[in-house]
Amino acid sequence: MRVGVVTFPGSLDDVDAQRAVRLAGADAVPLWHGDHDLKGVDAVVLPGGFSYGDYLRCGAIARFAPVMTEVVAAARGGMPVLGICNGFQILCESHLLPGALIRNDHRKFGCLDQTVRIENNSTAWTTAYAAGQEVTIVLKNGEGSFVADQHTLDLLEGEGRVVARYVGANPNGSQRAIAGVTNEAGNVVGLMPHPEHAVEDLCGPGTDGLGFFTSAIVALQNA
Amino acid sequence: MSRVVVDVMPKPEILDPQGKAVQGALPRLGFQGVNEVRQGKRFEIELEGEATEERLAQVHEMASTLLSNPVIEDYEVRVVQ
Repeated sequence: MRVGVVTFPGSLDDVDAQRAVRLAGADAVPLWHGDHDLKGVDAVVLPGGFSYGDYLRCGAIARFAPVMTEVVAAARGGMPVLGICNGFQILCESHLLPGALIRNDHRKFGCLDQTVRIENNSTAWTTAYAAGQEVTIVLKNGEGSFVADQHTLDLLEGEGRVVARYVGANPNGSQRAIAGVTNEAGNVVGLMPHPEHAVEDLCGPGTDGLGFFTSAIVALQNA
Repeated sequence: MSRVVVDVMPKPEILDPQGKAVQGALPRLGFQGVNEVRQGKRFEIELEGEATEERLAQVHEMASTLLSNPVIEDYEVRVVQ
């Protein structure tokens, strides 16, 4: 299995995401924002960071990077795509996922170990978890407050498209404490917290994050 | 040459933490009686030639695809010159 990780100018967590992919048992393939080329990968991760300096809006310029034309087409064709933090923002700006992410309600950058509840374990990225399982991964963002209109929020809840929800105090003002959502088909997932920072005991809050990456490998093997 | 301004504002129902921060700072500076501050963005765009209907349609397209995110923001286009 080959999982591509896109590097944009300003990406920070691309190398960590590649490492998580390898620890999960797949080959990590670096992809470049300026190429119209997915190098034949089976899945794509859009990593965290500050693509294009977060100028204009987070993810707004990255959405129009050449590689995103290919990612959007592949995602519409069913390829598993995971956007983490800035990657989630890019997926929302690309209209692959509904809603948007705005500045945290408390206006401070948050960096903490965060427990989230997996609410949908049937997406391409969450089958390794039990429904309702609580996992602790890293949350670090300044603009992680998920917003959408009430109709969209009701639709997401009704269709089970809330993938993960914050447990305990809402860390950033996200509506309905939403930490991650998926598209209708369940192949595209956006997550504000970072599973790739919780894949080894040596650093981070444990290995709870690894399941996101092993899930995709299982999904591809079964495809 | 013509100049077009695009104003982008957070939608009224969307929380505007930056505006809130500014609003919170004003009384500390002695400015009283400010009920609300909302912060947006202003783009000044210089076009080649006249701001014809066709060119303005392009500016609207720029505004709705890149300059604003219609999920959280509204925009206004006006010709200033």
